[in-house]
Amino acid sequence: MARLTINGTVRDIDVDPNTPLLWVLREQAGLTGSKYGCGVAQCGACTVHIDGNPVRSCVLPVSALSAEQQVTTIEGLSKDGSHPLQQAWLKLDVPQCGYCQSGMIMAAAGLLKKNPKPSDADIDAEITNICRCGTYNRVREAIKLAASGLPAKQST
Amino acid sequence: MSMATQVSRRSFLIGSASAIGGLSLGFHVPFAEAAAAKSAPEVNAWVVIQPDDQVVIRIARSEMGQGTLTGLAQLVAEELECDWSKVTTEYPTPGQNLARDRVWGNFSTGGSRGIRESHEYVRKGGATAREMLITAAAAEWKVPASECVAANSVITHQPSGRKVSFGKVATAAAKVTPPKDVTLKDPKNWKIAGKPLARLDTADKLTGKQIYGTDLKLPGMLNATVRACPYFGGKVKSFDASSVSKMPGVRKVMQIDDTTLAVVADTWWQAKTAMDALTIVWDEGPNKGVSSESIAEMLKGGLDAKDAFVQTTVGDAPAALTGAKKTISAVYAYPYQNHATMEPMNATARYTPQKCEVWVPTQNGEASLAAAAEAAGLPVQQCEVYKLHLGGGFGRRGNFQDYVRQSVLIAKQMPGTPIKMIWTREEDMLHGAYHPTTQCKLTAALDDEGNVTAMHMRISGQSILAAVRPEGMQGGKDPAVFQGLNLDGAEGHIGYTIPNLLVDHAMRNPPVPPGFWRGVNLNQNAFYLESFIEELAHAAGVDPLEFRRKLLKNHPKHLAALEAAAKGIGWDTPAPKGVGRGLAQIMGFGSYVAAAAEVSVTDGQMKIHRIVAATDAGHVVNPAQVERQVEGSFVYGLSAALFGECTMQGGRMVEDNFHTYQVMRMAEMPKVDTHIVPSGGFWGGVGEPTIAVAAPAVMNALFAATGKRIRTLPLKKQSLA
Repeated sequence: MARLTINGTVRDIDVDPNTPLLWVLREQAGLTGSKYGCGVAQCGACTVHIDGNPVRSCVLPVSALSAEQQVTTIEGLSKDGSHPLQQAWLKLDVPQCGYCQSGMIMAAAGLLKKNPKPSDADIDAEITNICRCGTYNRVREAIKLAASGLPAKQST
Repeated sequence: MSMATQVSRRSFLIGSASAIGGLSLGFHVPFAEAAAAKSAPEVNAWVVIQPDDQVVIRIARSEMGQGTLTGLAQLVAEELECDWSKVTTEYPTPGQNLARDRVWGNFSTGGSRGIRESHEYVRKGGATAREMLITAAAAEWKVPASECVAANSVITHQPSGRKVSFGKVATAAAKVTPPKDVTLKDPKNWKIAGKPLARLDTADKLTGKQIYGTDLKLPGMLNATVRACPYFGGKVKSFDASSVSKMPGVRKVMQIDDTTLAVVADTWWQAKTAMDALTIVWDEGPNKGVSSESIAEMLKGGLDAKDAFVQTTVGDAPAALTGAKKTISAVYAYPYQNHATMEPMNATARYTPQKCEVWVPTQNGEASLAAAAEAAGLPVQQCEVYKLHLGGGFGRRGNFQDYVRQSVLIAKQMPGTPIKMIWTREEDMLHGAYHPTTQCKLTAALDDEGNVTAMHMRISGQSILAAVRPEGMQGGKDPAVFQGLNLDGAEGHIGYTIPNLLVDHAMRNPPVPPGFWRGVNLNQNAFYLESFIEELAHAAGVDPLEFRRKLLKNHPKHLAALEAAAKGIGWDTPAPKGVGRGLAQIMGFGSYVAAAAEVSVTDGQMKIHRIVAATDAGHVVNPAQVERQVEGSFVYGLSAALFGECTMQGGRMVEDNFHTYQVMRMAEMPKVDTHIVPSGGFWGGVGEPTIAVAAPAVMNALFAATGKRIRTLPLKKQSLA
C-alpha cells in the first residue's frame, strides 16, 4: 500500500512498494500522460515533479515517497493546458510524434521554476530528455517564449 | 480551449465524428462500434459533414509525427472549399478499406510517400464531394449547378445570392451520383494547401491526453510483455514457469513460438517484473561466432569481389580507371542502426474464435491486419485493426509487424480477454529491423584539369529487400541498394555527370534482420558519395562548391538546392577562425536536398554550430511541417553519424538501451536554417531525404576544420585529438 499525493489529491494505492512511480501513475492512478521510454532514467519521457522538482519517475519506487510530497504530472501542470509552457508549445506547434513531450514540458517547467530566465547553456544542461523526431530547437524556443511572458492571445 | 483540442479529442474517439454521436471513451470497444455505425452523412469516402457544419476528413495514412495527417487534410479541404476551422480527421480502419474495395487506397506510410503518392486521389475526393454538395444545393433551389459556387463551407447561388452551408445539404449530397471527372485546382491558386497551417494534432500532446498504443485501456484488459531469444537464429531451449507463476498479479506464463516467451499479468509492471525473474535457457543457434568484426571482414571481401550486381553504367569505368594517370581511392563504412522510436513496440489484441481485433500504432494498417489474420488463423474479414497515432515510426512499424503477431498469439491463449503487450526498451533494442551495414570502395580518375573522367563505386553489404521484400528483387539484384545513385527515377538519380561511371553491389547478407530505417539506403550512399566528391575536389585543388557546380551542370535541380544551402551558410565569405564548412547534396524520395554545415573542434570535441538545409520537394503542402521534418532530419541523421552503432557480439546485439545507444540531445543540437526552394511541377517526399545529407555535410566540415577525413561512422569511435 502506498499513500501518495498526486496532482493535489491524496490517494491510497494498493501496490507493491517497489513499483516505480511511473507505473503507479500509469496503471493504478490512470494518468498515462507520463510515458515509458527507457526504464533507466535516460530518456526523460517519464518526468514528473516531486515538490516542484523534475524527477524521472521510471526509477523512483513509490516506497521512497510520502503523502506529504506533492507529485505533479503533466495532467496536473494546469487544469486546461493554460500553463505558459503549454501555451508556448501550442503557439510554436512544437510536438511531432509527441511521445516525449509530456516529459519535455515537465522538465522545462522544473527548469523555469528555479531559473525563470534560463540561458541557452542552462537549457542545454537541464533539458537532457530524448526526442527522436527532432523538436529540440522548438523546445528551446518555446522555453524562451514562456520565460519571456506570452501574449494573451494565441495565434493558433 | 482551442479548436485544436476538439480536433484531437475527436480524432481519438475514433475518431469518428461521423459515427461517434454520444459515445464516450469508456464505451465498450469504442473503435469497433464507431466503425459500424452508418448514421452519419458521409458525402463520400473522404468527407463526412455534420449538420453543424463540422467536416470530418478521413486519413488513410498514419500520423507518426511527420505531419501527414494535417497535410492530407489540407489537400482535401482545399478542393472541398470548406472552412478549415471546422475540420477534424479520422482514420478509417483497414477492415473497412477491405470491405469497401480499398476505397481509401494504400494505408502504407513509409518511403516519404504519404502525400506524394496520394495527393491526386485525396484532392479528387475533396473536389468530388464539393461538386456533390453544390449539385444537392442547386437541386434544392431548382437552379443550374453551374450558377453555384462553394467557398468556406457555404454554397452560394450567384445570381440570387442565396446561401446554404454544407451541413444543411450534406445528407442530400450523399445521395447525388458522384461526377465522373473533376478538375483539380492549380496549386498556385491554393488557399489552404501550401500554407504553413498549425498541425491538427498538437493540443492533446501538451496535456497528456493523447492516447498512444501504450496508453490504451480496454475493459477487462490484462497486460503483457515478451522476451524473444536475443541471439539471431536462436530459440527458446527451456524455461521454468513455476519460478514466477505465483508472483503477484501473474496470470499466465507462456511460450508463443520457437523464439518467444510472454508473461501476462494484471499490470504491465507485474508482467515485466515476473519476466525479469523468469529462468530461461536460450538455444543460441548457429550465429554464436558472428560479431561486428566478422561482419566487417565479410563485407571487406565484397569490395574487390569479381561478381557484383550492376546498376549504373556510363561509358567504361574499369577501362578508364586502368588507363588513368591519376586515380584516387577510399573505403567507407556505415554501421547498423536501431530505429529507437520513443514509444517501444506494442499492440493490444483481443481474440475469440470468431473475431480478432488489434489496437496498434502502425505505419501500415493493412499490413497489421494481414499479420493479425495470419496469427489468429482467421479469415481477414473476421479481423480488424484500429490505428492509434504513433510515438515514432521511422520505418520500424510498417513492413515489420512482429509485435502484432506476438500480441495476437498471446491473446489467442486467453480468448475473450483484451491483452496489451508492450516491449521493454531492451527488447526493442535487441529485436530491431536494423539499418543495414555496408562498406563502399570508391575509385576515381582525375585528368590534368581536375575533371573526373571515371568513377567506380562498389557497395558491399546487406540487402534489405532480400530479407524483407524478396518480390522487389530483380533477378537477384536489390535495386533499392542504389538509392540516390541511379541514372534516373524518383527514388534518386545521381546529379553528377561523369563520362565513365560504374556503380555496383556485392551482396553480403549477415545474419542480422535488416529493415527500412528513415532515409533507408540514401543515408549511406550520400555519405559515401558526398564525402568522396570532396576528397576529389581537394585532390584536384578546387573549391568543393565549384567542383560540384561543374559536375552538376546537367542537373539544375540538384545544383539549385546545393546553391541555396551554400548561399545560406555564406560559402563565398570566409568562415570564422577555427570553423570548417562542409557541403552535401543528394536526390531521393522524389526530392532534391542539400546541406551546409559549420563545425569546430576544441579539445578533441566537435561542435556543430550551424546547419543550413535546402529542400526542393516540387509542391509544398505545408511549409511549416516541411521545416520541422527537415530540422528533425538532422537529429536523426546526426544521431547516427555521431553516436549510432549497434554492435554484434556472440550472435546478438550489445547495445540495449540509451546509455549505450546514445542519441543526440538538446546540447548537441545545432541551429538549423531551412530553405524551402520548391520548383513546382512534381511531388517529392519530405520526411526522409534530408537525413542523408546530414552526415556528409558535417564530416566534410570536420575535414575543413581539422584535415581529418572520417570514412567510418559513427564519429564517436574516431579520435579528434
